Amino acid sequence: MSETQTVKEPTPPAKESQGSQVIREIMAGNAVISVLAVVVALVIGGILIAVTDPRVTAASGYFFADPAATLSAIWSSVSEAYGALWRGATYDPTARTWQGQLGIFETLTFATPLILSGLAVTLAFRAGLFNIGAQGQIILGASFAGAVGFGMHLPPAIHLLAVILAGAIGGAIWGGIAGFLKARTGAHEVIVTIMLNYIAISLVLYLLKNQLKDPNSTNPISPQMDGNAVFPLLLGPNFRVHAGLIVAILAVIGVAWLLNRSTLGFEYRAIGANPKAARTAGMLVSRGYITVMLISGALAGLAGVAQIAGTEKSLDSEIAGSIGFDAITVALLGRSKPWGTFFAALLFGAFKAGGTSMAVNADVSIDIVAVVQSLIVLFIAAPPLIRSIFRIKAARREGASA
Amino acid sequence: MSVTANISPSKAVDRVAVRSWKLPILFGLLALFAVVVFVVLGPSGQATFRISQEGDAWQVPDLAVPAKVFGVVVAILCVLLAARAYQQMRNGGRIDNWVSMTFTVAFVVGLLVWIIGGTKTQNITLVGLFTGAMLITTPLVFGSLSGVLCERSGVVNIAIEGQLLAGAFTASLVSSITHNAYAGLFAAAVAGVLVSFLLAAFSIKYVVNQIIVGVVLNVLVSGLTGFLFEKIMKIKVDGATIYNQPAQLPDLPIPLLSQIPVIGPTLFRQSIIGYLMLVLVAGIWFGLFRTRWGLRIRAVGEHPKAADTVGINVNRTRFLNVLAGGAVAGVGGAYFTLVAVSSFSKDMTGGLGFIALAALIFGRWNPIGAALAALLFGVAGNLQSILSLAGTPIDGQFLAMLPYALTILAVSGFVGKSRAPAADGEPYIKG
Repeated sequence: MSETQTVKEPTPPAKESQGSQVIREIMAGNAVISVLAVVVALVIGGILIAVTDPRVTAASGYFFADPAATLSAIWSSVSEAYGALWRGATYDPTARTWQGQLGIFETLTFATPLILSGLAVTLAFRAGLFNIGAQGQIILGASFAGAVGFGMHLPPAIHLLAVILAGAIGGAIWGGIAGFLKARTGAHEVIVTIMLNYIAISLVLYLLKNQLKDPNSTNPISPQMDGNAVFPLLLGPNFRVHAGLIVAILAVIGVAWLLNRSTLGFEYRAIGANPKAARTAGMLVSRGYITVMLISGALAGLAGVAQIAGTEKSLDSEIAGSIGFDAITVALLGRSKPWGTFFAALLFGAFKAGGTSMAVNADVSIDIVAVVQSLIVLFIAAPPLIRSIFRIKAARREGASA
Repeated sequence: MSVTANISPSKAVDRVAVRSWKLPILFGLLALFAVVVFVVLGPSGQATFRISQEGDAWQVPDLAVPAKVFGVVVAILCVLLAARAYQQMRNGGRIDNWVSMTFTVAFVVGLLVWIIGGTKTQNITLVGLFTGAMLITTPLVFGSLSGVLCERSGVVNIAIEGQLLAGAFTASLVSSITHNAYAGLFAAAVAGVLVSFLLAAFSIKYVVNQIIVGVVLNVLVSGLTGFLFEKIMKIKVDGATIYNQPAQLPDLPIPLLSQIPVIGPTLFRQSIIGYLMLVLVAGIWFGLFRTRWGLRIRAVGEHPKAADTVGINVNRTRFLNVLAGGAVAGVGGAYFTLVAVSSFSKDMTGGLGFIALAALIFGRWNPIGAALAALLFGVAGNLQSILSLAGTPIDGQFLAMLPYALTILAVSGFVGKSRAPAADGEPYIKG
């Protein structure tokens, strides 16, 4: 085993130190940078909202005659949008129904699959692998879970457990392919997982036309999940928050334990920091790559379960939405730490919940959320940029790392 | 972080002695597939390929092939070639190129005859197949050329999708405002350069991981174009969306050449973007492999330290190459809104940027290889949409998977040795 490794990965040392440097860079940044990155991203988003608002455009026509009018138009435009975002994500006293007022529970609902898939990316990242394939793993997980969920009829509890297990297996298979190819042939996991994402979409479209199709529907959509196969709602029928959230929190605890307390996690971190040193220390790097991608895929598969057994209840080709890609940004924002990922997922869940309310109440397209999210990650990934914007001295940190 | 099977130079020397059984195994499996599918499950009747269009100057008769007989011939040929490949691998440790090439061509043609023979109508118009394929192939070629320019100099470009989308959006907007398609084309190139500028600035200046930047830029461009699409392009003046009605680029048929059956309509009856594609493929190939400029770029991509030692400014070379790649991909994006479709729609590139990435890898980081791979993927994609109407023995979704599956086989070493430039993805820090 270790012999094939030395043959198959003749990576020059410079590469590995570079990879580990990336991980260190992402994990070492402090919380201030994260907060400032969010602020800068929101400011840029605000500028976009303001310049595309027709009221601002109209007021700027007589800017020199009445500059205050322009400024107040900008203020009302941006504050309305972000106000709607905030209220939609937390508490909205103006909503007509009391269920609608408590947006915080929508935030939790949106966060659930993000936590799980974010953990998938986080775990692989700690072992030095970029799992861009959460999207495909979610689709496979949801398909497997769906096949068990509407194809079988089992007693309560057992059925749900079977669905969860099936989803984890589906995701693990898809992640495992990338891990296996990485370990055995050196195929780069980024390319393989990107390609597997698209294969997964075609595969599910095929299955939805054939094996998994609802015979009573003309659309490519599966039958509804069995009543026993769905996550129970945590707060009654008025809110969509489901028991998948508990699974997600357990997964955070599990991954935190795995990474920080277990032998396996130690091996992963060692491989991520320096595969050559790990190999010299007697660790089986190829086995590490395979198992970490199996577990990572299983976590993403659980995000698929959260989708199909929690919110969607039936399978279609849009089951994964943009969760798989959001997962990458969640993991980066969470600095590849399990609890960091948890809070990053809550923030992005809030963006999703609030974005919907912003689109309805302030007429600002939900796409602005994607802009803000990606800017946050860009700024977090480039601490020197944020430091130069705010003129923060970096001497202490650089001194420490030198 | 290079993007494929890492085979360092020292390894390449050892490799001569090592027998790789991947290819013979793959050939064997495909030959088995040919025997089972083409012969046992082969359709009866004929597969007809229509070559000429009505109104062509030269009329070429239709090509009718008896599907079953042809399938048997192809299957036998495949089995023989697979056996030959096995034998060669056992004796010499390597397989002759002609064996692999003949096998591939025979298998693809056999598959095509089998598919057409299995449809209800049992015929296909080659002109339609190829001209339709160009709608997919053209942006793919531009996307993969962008990838070639970036990755040959050592910067991984995952943001091709974002560059295409930015080009498509800007071309539509500017062409609508100026009523001049060429202004739109120019603006698209500028938009591509802007996306590239972000990629270059973050990955070269701030040394952020290139894959992270690429992934994030795709999300950023998708969000930005989606947001501006809602805010600007949906504005109606007198009931019409005036900011999303781009003037289109006209077709410029080349006299005489455009009359050649199949090839004429495919290659010589295109808009300026189509001709630009042909020029760029040849030009970038020549530039990379036959000029001093290309040698420098490849040196920077393979061994930046050595390049630096002889006085090449590594990071400036990379910066310029990434910007050039952005311009190329931006023009490819303009094809969507100025030629293929008459207006912009949200996320209209639909993952083609990632197929371009696949074409780049499958074409082994070579402009001509990438263009041929793009053509293959374009034909497969168009075949899928033709077949979804005609009713076939093979589900269109499996054809849709083909580019991605082939790429996975390529990066894991089953199909040739697809090797990235050695320093691809490696930031260069002088010191």
